[in-house]
Amino acid sequence: MSDFLNISGLHARIDADGAPKEILRGVDLIIAPGEVHAIMGPNGSGKSTLSYVLAGREDYEVTSGSVSFKGQDLLAMEPEERAAAGVFLAFQAPIELPGVNNANFLRTAVNAVRRARGDAELDAVAFLKTVRAATKKLSMSDEMLKRNVNVGFSGGEKKRNEVLQMTMLQPSLAILDETDSGLDVDALRIVADGVNALRSPTFSALVITHHQRLLDYLNPDRVHVMARGRIVHSGGAELAKEIDVQGYASFLAEAA
Amino acid sequence: MNAIAPVGRSLAPFEARLDGIEDPIRHAAVGELRRVGLPGPRVEAWRYTHLRPLAGHEFREAAASFDADLVGRALDESLPRDGLLASTPRLVLVNGRFAPELSSPANGVALPEGVTFERFLASPEFDALATPEREPLVALNTALAVDGVCLSVAEGVAAGRIVLVSVAFAGDEAASFHPRHSVSLGAGASLELIELAVSSGSGAGAATYFHNPVLTCDVGEGAKLTHVKVQKEAAGATHLATVYANIATRGAYDSFTLGLGADLARHEVHARLSGAKAAVHVNGAQLLGEKQVGDITSVITHAAPDCISRQTIRNVLTDHARGVFQGKVHVHQIAQKTDGYQMNQALLLSPHAEIDAKPELEIYADDVKCSHGATVGALDDEQLFYLRSRGVPEAQARRILVEAFLLEVLDLHEDEAGRALLDTALGAALSLRIGRLQGAGQDAGEASE
Ligand SMILES: Nc1ncnc2c1ncn2[C@@H]1O[C@H](COP(=O)(O)OP(=O)(O)O)[C@@H](O)[C@H]1O
Ligand SMILES: [Mg+2]
Repeated sequence: MSDFLNISGLHARIDADGAPKEILRGVDLIIAPGEVHAIMGPNGSGKSTLSYVLAGREDYEVTSGSVSFKGQDLLAMEPEERAAAGVFLAFQAPIELPGVNNANFLRTAVNAVRRARGDAELDAVAFLKTVRAATKKLSMSDEMLKRNVNVGFSGGEKKRNEVLQMTMLQPSLAILDETDSGLDVDALRIVADGVNALRSPTFSALVITHHQRLLDYLNPDRVHVMARGRIVHSGGAELAKEIDVQGYASFLAEAA
Repeated sequence: MNAIAPVGRSLAPFEARLDGIEDPIRHAAVGELRRVGLPGPRVEAWRYTHLRPLAGHEFREAAASFDADLVGRALDESLPRDGLLASTPRLVLVNGRFAPELSSPANGVALPEGVTFERFLASPEFDALATPEREPLVALNTALAVDGVCLSVAEGVAAGRIVLVSVAFAGDEAASFHPRHSVSLGAGASLELIELAVSSGSGAGAATYFHNPVLTCDVGEGAKLTHVKVQKEAAGATHLATVYANIATRGAYDSFTLGLGADLARHEVHARLSGAKAAVHVNGAQLLGEKQVGDITSVITHAAPDCISRQTIRNVLTDHARGVFQGKVHVHQIAQKTDGYQMNQALLLSPHAEIDAKPELEIYADDVKCSHGATVGALDDEQLFYLRSRGVPEAQARRILVEAFLLEVLDLHEDEAGRALLDTALGAALSLRIGRLQGAGQDAGEASE
């Protein structure tokens, strides 16, 4: 079962104005089902890139290494296939979709995923019931459903909208990229509750964060430090506390 | 035949019908046409939209007879019997001629009190708002107009909605029709004119027909004319329309045009804000594919102070389609405190699609606020990825983004029935040009209400 998510020797680069720039330089990471892992690390170390590569963003070219997810070659799948297979990425900077109604967007996504998973689609009434229950749980106003996706949302509203999508899409692997950044304690709690509500033996999470606070709520099984495109150190939940006090400096020295 | 060769394009496609015209106004229009010809690419106003497709045909006068079943079917498709416009008075023209038996209710049209309707055919009069000496396509219409719809709304009357449908019933031979419409609103009156241009399949091959309407709108003091137009002419057709609007003090002409059909189309608006605090909106959208050319051209004249003009145009172009936007805002010296806005945006979905935009500001007043802008781009990769990362298949994600781009401009049109018509027409065109929606999505709007 340890091959729930298995990232091995992952190298990825991007074409930065004509010159290839290597960002991931051999990431190794194994997440077992039911586990919550955290990734911490200085800005620019490649955390968001890793999350994008896992979600299937095409600008990043994987030059070597492999990722298997539930026994499938994740890297060979289209982004929508990955979503159907259970991968969900909460974006560090959620994208605005002018002209796309948030409720329509959610229902389209939910039904696309349900269709792909062989479940019956939700009609308007069933969808509304489900989404209302979800917004209530996340202390979100239904008014957010009537607006265009992320347009004019505050930073906190955008992050909550990501958590709402996660809740509705029922992933088996949630990747949260700094979903807690810029949130006040109440909002942080909502994010944590959103993840904890999904926790089960078949749900895993990869939580990218700079802050100990979110991890206090999530109680991760493993904490990893990423630097210069690699996981340079791993430990238990106590590692996050260490980093909170000491910063990354000692791990960077270790990696150099 | 006249011996002087015109400097523009040849009139040959229409020559046979231009001889022997005696009415002095029509005769003058023919003289003007003979002098300048149909506009060629060297005429500034026609630099981007070429009338080449008209050459090589001889356009006969479109037939007065038609297959009532086929035309009826085309009407039902465009205006569903159970739709919001089912009980709205409807004036139907087939091949440019008023068809009383298809207009509603049957055998005569019941219009709201205070609204008078006359056929142009009954007593052809050419409205002074039109300037055939400046627009050759209007001169052509003046020379060849047979029929049309003339509406007037009495002072203070809120006339509600009236639907004006033009159905082309094309035969095997190239044919043209040149209807002449006019709408006049007395002081304080209001009307929503919903105009549709469609075709009924004739069963024959590709239709070569040419629809060349002219509409003059006289909007009285404090009156409001709302004008929605949906152009869904047949593939192969040419649609060259000219609208003139004169807007008196505190009056408003609020228009929206949606261009979907024809191989070659132009919607040209000349709006004159002639009284203080008048307003004009010339908004529109085009969704074009294959080798379609769609042109929205406007000339807005601010001839009085404190007036507002607004233009927001969005183009979605696929395949080899080409969109054209020409917008001229002319602000007279007297027109202080003018507030003008013009924005043309295009989404190019193919490397062969093209947009040509020419904004022009000519300002003689010193205290004005006029802005204009243009954007051209492809679909946003980040937005596409965001949708796909939520499980939405790529084709559906594309359609959602294209639809969103167009819905933003459709939202500028507020009347529910007109909007419903725009949405239906657009939905069908999106399916044709961008691909079908897979399952839910489009109608999920109900969920949020
Ligand atoms: N699209 C891109 N173009 C150029 N450089 C990029 C791009 N995306 C990321 N990078 C670079 O890759 C490095 C890692 O970025 P990122 O994955 O966002 O790091 P983190 O999330 O850990 O802060 C940074 O140096 C960043 O500038
Ligand atoms: Mg990041």
